[in-house]
Amino acid sequence: MSNTKLKKVDIIFSPYSVAPYEILRWMMEKDKQDIIDNLIESGLRGRGGAGFPTGLKWKFMASEQGDEKYIICNADEGEPGTFKDRKLLVEVPRKVISGMAIAAFATNSTKGYIYLRAEYNSLIPSLKRELDVYHEYAAKFGLDFTIEIFSGAGAYVCGEETALIESMEGKRGEPRNKPPYPIQNGYKGKPTLVNNVETLASVSMVCRYGAEKYKSYGTDDQRGSKLFSLSGDSLKEGVHELELGMKISDFVEEFGDGDTKAVQIGGVAGFCIPRKKFHETVIGEGNTTGGATMIFNSSRSMYNVLHNYLDFFAEESCGQCTPCRVGTQQLLKGIEAVKSGDKPIAYLDDLVKLSRTMKITSKCGLGQSVTNSFSSIVENFKEEMHH
Amino acid sequence: MSKIKLTIDSQLIEVEQGVTILDAAKMINVNIPTLCHHEDLCVSGNCRVCVVEVAGRERLEASCATPAEEGMDILTNSAKIRNARKDVVSLLVSEHNTQCTTCYRNTNCELQDLAAEYNVDGDKYMSVLKPNIEIDKSSWSIEKDDSKCIRCQRCVRTCAELQHVNALTASHKGHEMKISTFMDLPFNEVVCTNCGQCVNHCPTGALTERRYFDNVWEAIGDPDKHVVMNTAPSVRVALGEMLGFEVGTRVTGKMVTAMRKMGADSILDTDFSADLTIIEEGNELLTRLKKALVDGDTSVKLPMITSCSPGWVKFIEHMFPEHLGHLSTCKSPQQMFGALTKTYYAEQKGLDPKDIVSVAIMPCAAKKYEANRPEMNDSGYRDIDAGLTTREFGLMIKQAGLDFKNLEDSDFDSIMGESSGAGVIFGATGGVMEAALRTAYAVVTGRDVPFENLNITAVRGTEGIRNASIKIEDCLPEWNFLEGVDLNVAVAHGLKNARIIMDEVAAGKSNYHFIEVMGCPGGCIGGGGQPIPTNAEIRAKRIEAIYEEDMSKPIRKSHENPEIVKIYKEFLGEPLGEKSHHLLHTHYRKRNRY
Ligand SMILES: Cc1cc2nc3c(=O)[nH]c(=O)nc-3n(C[C@H](O)[C@H](O)[C@H](O)COP(=O)(O)O)c2cc1C
Ligand code: SF4
Ligand code: SF4
Ligand code: SF4
Ligand code: SF4
Ligand code: FES
Repeated sequence: MSNTKLKKVDIIFSPYSVAPYEILRWMMEKDKQDIIDNLIESGLRGRGGAGFPTGLKWKFMASEQGDEKYIICNADEGEPGTFKDRKLLVEVPRKVISGMAIAAFATNSTKGYIYLRAEYNSLIPSLKRELDVYHEYAAKFGLDFTIEIFSGAGAYVCGEETALIESMEGKRGEPRNKPPYPIQNGYKGKPTLVNNVETLASVSMVCRYGAEKYKSYGTDDQRGSKLFSLSGDSLKEGVHELELGMKISDFVEEFGDGDTKAVQIGGVAGFCIPRKKFHETVIGEGNTTGGATMIFNSSRSMYNVLHNYLDFFAEESCGQCTPCRVGTQQLLKGIEAVKSGDKPIAYLDDLVKLSRTMKITSKCGLGQSVTNSFSSIVENFKEEMHH
Repeated sequence: MSKIKLTIDSQLIEVEQGVTILDAAKMINVNIPTLCHHEDLCVSGNCRVCVVEVAGRERLEASCATPAEEGMDILTNSAKIRNARKDVVSLLVSEHNTQCTTCYRNTNCELQDLAAEYNVDGDKYMSVLKPNIEIDKSSWSIEKDDSKCIRCQRCVRTCAELQHVNALTASHKGHEMKISTFMDLPFNEVVCTNCGQCVNHCPTGALTERRYFDNVWEAIGDPDKHVVMNTAPSVRVALGEMLGFEVGTRVTGKMVTAMRKMGADSILDTDFSADLTIIEEGNELLTRLKKALVDGDTSVKLPMITSCSPGWVKFIEHMFPEHLGHLSTCKSPQQMFGALTKTYYAEQKGLDPKDIVSVAIMPCAAKKYEANRPEMNDSGYRDIDAGLTTREFGLMIKQAGLDFKNLEDSDFDSIMGESSGAGVIFGATGGVMEAALRTAYAVVTGRDVPFENLNITAVRGTEGIRNASIKIEDCLPEWNFLEGVDLNVAVAHGLKNARIIMDEVAAGKSNYHFIEVMGCPGGCIGGGGQPIPTNAEIRAKRIEAIYEEDMSKPIRKSHENPEIVKIYKEFLGEPLGEKSHHLLHTHYRKRNRY
C-alpha cells in the first residue's frame, strides 16, 4: 500500500472517554518492555520534524542507566504558521501529560519538563491545573515522576533538542555536537528523552487503542494520523488531523482555493512542491511533515516566498556555525542580486550548490535543511527568480 | 579504556575509545585543517573546516567533534571534502574585513593560511561584512576588532574555561551573532583582567594587544630622551620563536645585543627587580608570620598571596574584593623596576628623571594596564612609560632590520642589570615560590634549602594547583618562633585555578601560609603577550629553558645578588623600610563584577 486517499480522522482531539489518567494506570499494570514493543509495533514516528521512530528512541532510553533520567516535552513550536502543539495543550493536555508519564514509567525516568514556547506563557495557569490533577493521580498510582513547566528562551533554534537543553541549563541556545545524543548525555549531563507534544499525545492514543488499530491508519511507510497546521491560500486554515499517506493532489483538492500553484510541506525546513508534481508526490515520502503546511495560489510571488524564508533563516540561525550563519546571508543576498540583475541567472546554480554544502557541513538541522526549500523553490520556479 | 579499530585514508589504525577523528588522524600524520579547535580548550565544532567523509554517510562530520567509532571508514581528502572546506573558508572570508596588509596578524593568521591553502576566490561570494564596525580601543591592554572575527568562540572558551572570568560571550543570533562583553560595554569597563589569553588563543587579528612600540621608537629617536629597556624573565625563552629559533631556545645574549643595536640607552634586566621582589615579599611574609604567631595579631591576613601577576591582581579586585588583604603589597617587578629607574638609577647616573623613558618588555598584556594604573607614579613620574609584549618586541627587531640569528651575545648594562637564577625562574609557574623559599629559608636558618642543587621540584611542574610543606628546623635565634613550623605553600596558575584557591581562602578553609598565583597557564612563559601559537607542549619547552637559564647562573639566590645588596646599602636602607614602602609597595581596590 503506497498511498491512501485523503482521509480526515478525529482521534487525537477526541474528548476524554475514561477516568483521568486511566491509561497511565493500565500501562502501569503492564510489563515495561511490552509497552515499548507495542510502541515500536505501532510504527509511530516523532512528530517534531526528524521523524525518528518513537518506540526505538524509548528503547534506547530504557537501556540507559542513571539515578536521574529526564523526559522533556518539546512544546517550543517556534515556526511561524504552526499552532498544532498549542491546540493540543489547550484542548487535550491530559493526553500529552499521560504520554510523558507513560514514557517515564516505561523508561524508568525520574523527572519531567514541559519546555513551553515563551509566547505560550498564557497557557501556564491551565497547564498547572492539569498538572495538579496529574500529580494527584500519579501519587495514587505510586508513580514517582513529577512534571514542571519551563518557559522557553524564545528563539526558533531552541526547539532543536540540544539547544533546548542548553537553554534549560541557563546557557545560550546553541545546538550541541551529536553524538553524544540527549539520550546518552542530555539535561545536566543525564539521559534525557525529548519528544514533541504531538508525539506524546499520539503515544496516549496508541496505548488507548492498541498498536493494531493505530497501525491500520496510514501506509506501510507512515503509520497513523497526523496534525497539519495549514495556512496560506486556503479557506480552511487551521489544524487538521489526517491519515498519513495521501497525495498532494488530494490534499490540494480538499484544501486549496482552486488556483493552487505550490504547496510547502514540512514547514520552512521542508520542500516546496509545484503543481506539476502534485500527482506524483505523497506527503511524508521523501519529504518531512513537521512544521507548517502552506498553500500558495498563482497570485503569489515565489521569489517573495523564498525571500521570507531566507530572512527567517538568516535571523533564526543560532549563528555559531559558518555554513549556516554565513550561508543563509549569502543565499539571501544572492537571490536579491539575481533579481536586481547584479548577478547572472547562472549564479542561482552556484547558490544551489552552496545550499548543498550547507546541508552536508552544518552542525544542526536548521542549516542542514535550508537547501530543501531553497533548491525546490529555485529549481521549480526559476523564471520567478529574475527580472 | 577499550581500543577500537578504524580506517583513515585506507590505513587501518587502532585508537582508544573516545578519541576524536581529528586526533586519530594526527596519530598517522594526517593533518586536517582546523579553526575553532584549540588543544587548550574544550571542543566546539562550530567553524566546520575540519569536515571529513565517513563511508555510508551523506553528511560530512566535523572531525574535531566526532569520536572515532569501531569500523569507521574515513576519508580526509576527497573532492567532496575539498569543495566543502573551500566553501566554508570562502564564507568566512565573505564576512571578513580582508585587509591583510594592514593587519597585526598578517603572516601569522590561521584564516589567512587556510584562504591561501584553498586558494579562495574572493569574488565567488558577495561581501556580507557588517558596515561601520568600530574597533574597541578603550582598554590599555586589549583591542577588539569585530571586522576580523570569525566567531570561532575560542576567546569565549578561553576566558571561561582557562580563566573563569567570562568577560566575553557570544551574543545575538543569526547574521548578527558576535562576540560581546557584558551589555556590549567597552572593554575597559568590564570584568576583563587584561590577561591577554584570549589574544593568544584567537586565530585572527580580531583580538590583539594594544600596541605602544611606535612611542618607543619615537623616544629612541629623540636625542633628549634616555631610553631604559628592561626585559622580563620569560621573554628570553620565547622571543626566539618569532625570529627563526626552535621553541625553547634561550636567546638572552642576542636579545640584549638587539636592544643595544636598536638604540636603547640602557639595557637592563627585570630579573633584577624580581630578585628585589623576593627580598621585599619574603620579608613581608616573615613579618606577617611573626605578627600572627608571636604577637597574636588576628588582623594579619594569611595566607599571603603573591601580587606580581597583574592579571591575577585585577581578577581578585573584581572577584574577591573582600579578600584583598591577602595580597602582598609588593608591586610587580615591572613597577618596582620603573620606580627605581626614575629614582635610584637617575641619581646614580646623574640623569633628570623627566628625561628617562622606561620601557618594559613583557610576556604580558595585563602589564600594559598595570603600567597605566594612576597610582603607579610614586617617584613623581610614571613608573613605566611603555609596556610592550614579546610580540611587539619581536616585530621591532624585524623593523630594525637586524639579522637576529647571527647577532653576537652581550650582557646587560649596570646598574640594575644583574640577577640571580631565582629571579629568572619567576617566569615559570612555581618560580616565585621557589625563589622565595630559597631566600626565606636561608634568612631564617642560615642554611640553604634542603634540596639538591637548590631545585625545589615539589613546586615545579604544570599541574594546575601544587602544594608543598617545608619543615623549618634549627632556626637562627631571632626566628625561634618558626622552629618546627611546617610552612605550607601552594602554587596556582591560570585564573581558573586561582579561583579554586581563592574559594578555599574565602571559605576560611585554606591552611597555607603562602600562595603563588600566576594569571596565565604555565605562568609568564604562557603569558598573553608571548608568541602565538601556544599549547601545552610549547609551554613545557619554555619552562625547561627557564630552568636551564637558572642552572647557568653563578648566583642562584636573590639575596646574594650583589646589586641587590648594594641597593639596600646605598639607597633603600632595609627591606620594608620607608623608601621601599614608598616606592615598591602599593594598594588595591574593589572593582565591579561584570
Ligand atoms: C531548528 C530546529 C527547530 C526545531 N524545533 C522543534 C520544535 O519547535 N518542536 C519540536 O518538537 N521539535 C523541534 N525540532 C526537532 C527536535 O530537535 C527533536 O528532534 C524533536 O523534539 C524530537 O521529538 P520527536 O522524536 O517526538 O519528534 C527542531 C529541530 C530543529 C533542527
Ligand atoms: S546549523 Fe545554524 S542553527 Fe544549527 S548550529 Fe549551525 S548556525 Fe546554529
Ligand atoms: S585577521 Fe588574518 S585574514 Fe583577517 S585581515 Fe588579518 S591577517 Fe588577514
Ligand atoms: S575574537 Fe578571535 S577567538 Fe574570538 S571568536 Fe573572534 S576570531 Fe575567534
Ligand atoms: S584578556 Fe583575559 S580576562 Fe580579558 S577577555 Fe581576554 S581572556 Fe578574558
Ligand atoms: S575545527 Fe572542527 S569544527 Fe572547527
